[in-house]
Amino acid sequence: MDNNRTAIEICNLSKSFGDKKILDNINLKIRQGEFVTLLGPSGCGKTTLLRIIGGFTEPDSGTVLLDGRDISSMPPYRRPLNTVFQRYALFPHLDVFDNVAFGLKIQGLKDDEIDKRVRKMLKMVTLSDYEDRDISSLSGGQQQRVAIARALVNYPKVLLLDEPLSALDLKMRKDMQIELKEIHDKLGITFIYVTHDQEEALTLSDTVVVINEGRIQQTGTPADIYNEPQNSFVADFIGESNILNGKMICDRRVEFAGHAFDCVDEGFGENVPVDVVVRPEDIYIVGQTSAGQFTATVKSRTFKGVHYEMFVETDTGNELMIQDYNSFEPGSEVGLIIKPQDIQVMKKERVCNTFSGRMTDSTHVEMLGGVWECLPQQDLEPGAAVRVEVDFNKVDMVDNLDDGTVTGEAHFILYKGDHYHIDILSDEGWHIYADTTYVWDKGDLIGISILPKDLRISRSDEN
Amino acid sequence: MKRTLARIYVWLLLLLLYAPIIFIMVSSFTEARALGNWTGFSTGLYRSLFEGDMAGAHSLSMAFKNTIFIALVSAAAATALGTTAAIGIHNLRGRIRKSVKMANSVPMLNPDVITGVSLFLLFVFLGISQGYLTVILAHISFCTPYVVLNVMPKLRQMNPNLYEAALDLGASPIRATTKVVLPQLRPGMVSGFIMAFTMSLDDFAVTFFTRGTIGLETLSTYIYADARKGGLTPELRPLMTIIFLVILLLLAVISFKNRKNVNQI
Repeated sequence: MDNNRTAIEICNLSKSFGDKKILDNINLKIRQGEFVTLLGPSGCGKTTLLRIIGGFTEPDSGTVLLDGRDISSMPPYRRPLNTVFQRYALFPHLDVFDNVAFGLKIQGLKDDEIDKRVRKMLKMVTLSDYEDRDISSLSGGQQQRVAIARALVNYPKVLLLDEPLSALDLKMRKDMQIELKEIHDKLGITFIYVTHDQEEALTLSDTVVVINEGRIQQTGTPADIYNEPQNSFVADFIGESNILNGKMICDRRVEFAGHAFDCVDEGFGENVPVDVVVRPEDIYIVGQTSAGQFTATVKSRTFKGVHYEMFVETDTGNELMIQDYNSFEPGSEVGLIIKPQDIQVMKKERVCNTFSGRMTDSTHVEMLGGVWECLPQQDLEPGAAVRVEVDFNKVDMVDNLDDGTVTGEAHFILYKGDHYHIDILSDEGWHIYADTTYVWDKGDLIGISILPKDLRISRSDEN
Repeated sequence: MKRTLARIYVWLLLLLLYAPIIFIMVSSFTEARALGNWTGFSTGLYRSLFEGDMAGAHSLSMAFKNTIFIALVSAAAATALGTTAAIGIHNLRGRIRKSVKMANSVPMLNPDVITGVSLFLLFVFLGISQGYLTVILAHISFCTPYVVLNVMPKLRQMNPNLYEAALDLGASPIRATTKVVLPQLRPGMVSGFIMAFTMSLDDFAVTFFTRGTIGLETLSTYIYADARKGGLTPELRPLMTIIFLVILLLLAVISFKNRKNVNQI
């Protein structure tokens, strides 16, 4: 089989429901025979993307190509694709055999051909003696198998799976994952699999597509995604990680947590702020403090079966999560070592907030749907378009919503060792980023105020 | 003590509710011409009803046939119309859906006389000559909301992906509807049909106003006319008993079906 042929290509695909942008300019190529996972938190747009490929939802703009042919306007019943739905969607009035045979009967195949193909498919999903059983008499796992057989019996070019295992218990899910992988290997059909379970994505896929807020964050092999996340969202979403603010001193040398380390990353420039990711299993912990690159105090320890999970506070006051087979008593001094290849350096997506606004008078600027007091601006006339920069740690977050100039809710929270980096989604739909040492939970309502002296205002180039 | 009182109350209430029909049922088993006299047990009225050897037997059997025919046709049409409407309403969103559901329930609460008179006026206005057609149209119009009411819950219970799954497997929208959606709605359609059938069967007011002057009689209009002509023909007593028992049976079927469906979920 030609494994480099593109089976599905998605070009400039966008979709909104009301004013909410669900998918924002998605571009994706899926190779023939590939097992691709669309991974992201709930509401990220992954299911909408799958539904557009299946033909159940129409995109606002963009195209879906199947084997180079535009199928964007083709109704679902003409597309040579089949879907395994989230809650199986088996036909309750038909028995197992007739459920699986449904597509073939629609195609008008001969009875003996239908019989042969259905039996073969039921055998593959190990349900050979269940032909006459009622759907309601099957367990969740068995229903899942019927749904897979019902889709695959039509020999689709691409199989779409919408969180197919989410209704199963953990043990069953693990077994089905292995079975799905085997089926994929055996048939060589392209699988597009939607899940919010990162472990499932890493286990099953050839390629993982991480989606958040309607955009593709990163596409790569499971190992790429895990070892070299391209931004802090991916690093945080996939597996456990320590994400810290750092500074690229020069090529192959990075500073974070108050110490300088050798690393393997190049090309960021000198003295550039970066995000640094270190996986908890990649920090080596030794009892002898002099043997480490730096020292830390163990704060807590939890037994996790295979390993211990320990939180330590470094000599410079950063908190790190460490997973190790060896156990160290809370309170003990330890030495820590991080090897160059285990340090993943990421470009910072932003170094401060940048808002666009408009002067209302010399001491007030209107932005983010509120009017903010600022230091007197002599050379900016009222009505002038301005660019306002605010450092993350100058955004003041208050419980009492009335004390804030604008309000919003905590949308995404990232722990960075010694502080939280919070993405606040304002009521008007703007993103405001703040650094804080206080603990907030996702969804908390927050009032935002900024001191006049912390607004850095300059005339905007745009009109 | 409290329990006993409560029980007595309930039985008393049921007795009051059912006394008239029990009275008819009891007196159907005696041959006395005047209602209320007991001249010994006899199934003679049943015999003469079925053998037709009584006064006006022909027009009674015509009325009976008319009633069944009208009920079957209007229940069938109402089931088709109501099921389609229910699917449509189910696919509406938000406020429109609420308003349409509301509009559906008004005819059920509307007094029959008003429905009858307004349909009568409408048919006159449209110049449709009144007879079978107008009675059937009228029955369809007041039966349809009951079908909608019975089918809607089945649509709500249905896995919303079922229709899409059928499309996904290559079925056209029409085939997906007939092969997958309708089988899921069948229990609701059956109870809707039975309800529409009984509604049509016992309607008097609407029929009375829409039957025109061609002498079309259904059971209810026949019995009404008969009772006004110097007393009820005795053979109507066994007839009413039989109709009551048939409808009781149909209602039992509906409630049994509903209970079975609840147990399955």
